[in-house]
Amino acid sequence: MPQLSKDVRHTVTMTLNGDVVSGYAEPRMLLSDFLTHEIGITSCHVGCEHGVCGACTVLVDGTVMRGCLTLAVQADGTTVETSESLASDDNELSELQLAFKKHHGLQCGYCTPGILMSLTAYLKETPKPTEEELRDMLTGHLCRCTGYVGMVKAVLDYCENRTDG
Amino acid sequence: MKPKAFDYLKVSSAEEALAALAQGGEDARIIAGGLSLMPMLNFRLAEPSVLIDISKIDSLNYIRETGGSVEIGAATRQADLMRWDGLERKLPLLHAACPYIGHYQTRAKGTVCGSLSHADPSSELPLCLAVLGGEVDLQSASGKRTLAADQFQTGMLSTAKQTGEMVVAARYPTAKSGDGYAFTEMAQRRGDFAIVALAAVASASKIKLGIGGVADKPTVREWDVLEGDALDDALNEFAWDLGGYDDIHATARYRRELVRRLGRRVIEEAKSCRS
Repeated sequence: MPQLSKDVRHTVTMTLNGDVVSGYAEPRMLLSDFLTHEIGITSCHVGCEHGVCGACTVLVDGTVMRGCLTLAVQADGTTVETSESLASDDNELSELQLAFKKHHGLQCGYCTPGILMSLTAYLKETPKPTEEELRDMLTGHLCRCTGYVGMVKAVLDYCENRTDG
Repeated sequence: MKPKAFDYLKVSSAEEALAALAQGGEDARIIAGGLSLMPMLNFRLAEPSVLIDISKIDSLNYIRETGGSVEIGAATRQADLMRWDGLERKLPLLHAACPYIGHYQTRAKGTVCGSLSHADPSSELPLCLAVLGGEVDLQSASGKRTLAADQFQTGMLSTAKQTGEMVVAARYPTAKSGDGYAFTEMAQRRGDFAIVALAAVASASKIKLGIGGVADKPTVREWDVLEGDALDDALNEFAWDLGGYDDIHATARYRRELVRRLGRRVIEEAKSCRS
């Protein structure tokens, strides 16, 4: 791969939630900014911009990543998933999202997309976490509304009763 | 909170990375997972002219046993180490320490060697390397050298790595049969930077204790096996020698108290793990 010059906006192409999308990014552009400002999705929320809060968490090639600690040019050629991918095409919420709704797992909703994407990756590896394991995993996200109680209930309920695989 | 402009180069071999480092001079930086470097870039605490991405170099992505050690390549992620079959048997100290490293979300991409290179005084991986007496391989276009952990990390966020060099691997000595290992730390929340991190090794005749988060780099002390008041006295002396400081998270006094209390606890646990 040639060296990408700092002053040039380079083409970045990725498969985002099943669609091939392209945009332009200088090497310094963060993936979170690329998704928001170049592509125009609204779920990659920016909180702290140094990897602590977890609001911008997305999946890149199935691996959970902080959008603010990834460069857009690093995601060129990858498959990116954001929380827009969770609902069905006719806007039916996924079972995990419905569990969040049922158990009041969110209030303002700012941290929620990142948490849902973390859970999407985590529950593939650990389909039935204990409450302790789940709470340990959730330390990677800051939520200032819920106190995490509803969120934990939602995930445990979902894991117990899911019919989506 | 956006990085200053830099060129970006994704390389596919170590040779390519070293050639780019040689050409880039002192303003070139290696990026692997980016979990330590990207925040530094966003804060503009680091302003490299070129970023050399080694995360896709397959030949640097490995964990293998090499004569008494486990060698970990520069592109190997912390999550890979946690999933490694031999971790509990070969590196029980790291098995105990890994869950404390950042969060599930950061371990997925953060690398072992990246954490060593970043050299945060409160990080778990440099502390374990120091306590076990591990080594780091540094390579440049003109050659390779190996440094012991205490020669590699020279202070807060600083290492002996020279311009043109990159960390290509780290070696953690494998557990000796009969020795016990234990790790613990105190942080505001699980996964946050440790206020004090402690790693202990107990053998038949010696106790070794390493402390992170107090001095400007991991500090290791070894004693003959001590019990009761003698151990308390030794821990108290160690706590004062570390020269802790007050910051937003804890006072120096609180840090010393953690070294005394948790030091005893982690040593007792290491002793009880001796097989």
